[in-house]
Amino acid sequence: MEKGTWVVKKGFAEMFKNGVIMDVTTAEQAKIAEEAGAVAVMALERVPADIRKAGGVARMASISKIKEIMEAVSIPVMAKVRIGHIAEARILEALGVDFIDESEVLTPADNKYHLNKHEYKVPFVCGARNLGEALRRIAEGAAMIRTKGEAGTGNVVEAVKHMRQVMDEVRMVQNMPEEELVTFAKQIGAPVDLVAEVKKLGRLPVVNFAAGGVATPADAALMMLLGADGVFVGSGIFKSKDPKKMAKAIVEAVLHYDDPEKLAKISEDIGSPMEGLEIEELDVHLQERGW
Amino acid sequence: MLKIGVLAVQGDIREHANMIEKIGHTPVKVKSIETLNEVEGLIIPGGESTTISKLMKKTGLWEELKRKAQNGFPIFGTCAGMIVVSKGIKNYPQQETLGLIDIYVERNAYGRQVFSFEEVLKFQEKDIKVTFIRAPKIVEYGENVEKLIEFKDAPVLVRENNILAASFHPEIEDDPSVHQYFVETIVAKKQVK
Repeated sequence: MEKGTWVVKKGFAEMFKNGVIMDVTTAEQAKIAEEAGAVAVMALERVPADIRKAGGVARMASISKIKEIMEAVSIPVMAKVRIGHIAEARILEALGVDFIDESEVLTPADNKYHLNKHEYKVPFVCGARNLGEALRRIAEGAAMIRTKGEAGTGNVVEAVKHMRQVMDEVRMVQNMPEEELVTFAKQIGAPVDLVAEVKKLGRLPVVNFAAGGVATPADAALMMLLGADGVFVGSGIFKSKDPKKMAKAIVEAVLHYDDPEKLAKISEDIGSPMEGLEIEELDVHLQERGW
Repeated sequence: MLKIGVLAVQGDIREHANMIEKIGHTPVKVKSIETLNEVEGLIIPGGESTTISKLMKKTGLWEELKRKAQNGFPIFGTCAGMIVVSKGIKNYPQQETLGLIDIYVERNAYGRQVFSFEEVLKFQEKDIKVTFIRAPKIVEYGENVEKLIEFKDAPVLVRENNILAASFHPEIEDDPSVHQYFVETIVAKKQVK
């Protein structure tokens, strides 16, 4: 019996595909997410929109908060650690959290290095804005990638930019002659063996979700149309007027993303979404964290 | 060449479809009753059983599959799929199941993700490597349930007539033996009433 192997970690992420992972801050919200059909929840002290508002240093959620949420639901529970925070990661692993997000939404603990995620039995997801960043994280052991977007804004434009960037680069590698791979790998700062794997598979070697700005069922469908394997929704659910309806609608939109008639029905009578922010007017761009 | 459906509402649909291709048959993604009626058998993949059940009900596939299964339509449920086809969930009795095979299961019985594992099992005299991911365990089964693989104190691959169910994921690694068994022993020889 081999636990915590690459196959087990990467395989677990495959089970989330075509699903929605929702940020929650209480047991009650976690139950709403589960009831709506979320494939997992992200246990947080505050949703990204509130982290943005509060400012200061954002850290791993409190243990009691994470435990409360783990006890409330039967679906997998994820939690975030600061970039490079080895101790926070070991604590969450000991707690039995199902997946760890080494996340730019929290204040980085290390401004040079990410975690060596191969060392852990628990799988990790990391943010990326382009193919190089995604493959560096996979090289460090991330079993899942999410494009970063700009968390807590309710503005999907950065999520779209990052998903298009990753997909464009994947398509480019797919059509690239072998002799160009090494130079290309050097340019994007990624290991050449992973670039070669992308060429062979025609996709990232791990599951790739969209994140950072998804606020409506149509946003979720858009990200699926651009090639996401699934969607993270942070502030978009519990900052909307009617979280129960919004959560259900986003889950259904991910299933029917290519059926406009069904999407129209799904998008009807769901209350207003969270308010959005203009990217140009932000003080902090969370997406710039990560090396 | 048979058309084998893979329920495509949520989960690792691609991995099952790849296995079906690998053994020379045609995978078809099923998310509507119309496509369900075009296939010879259906795989319910791994994923989140709560999500899969809700979306099956929403699309009408829940009732339709119940009806078809009673007429002998072959179904193979893996991990979450096994939970969905079982008679009930001991530790989450409020979660509805299809009740197509006489087994009762316990969800996440082998522990949370850090306890997920790879294991080599004997199937038809052959070693196959499979993965258990937050896997369900069969804790009770009827006398007509055939135990095809056992691991420790529980059967992990079982069959009752047209229904096959596995605690583990046979689709994550490279060995297509279990898919081959489903397609060649159950689907190809089915007798639909």
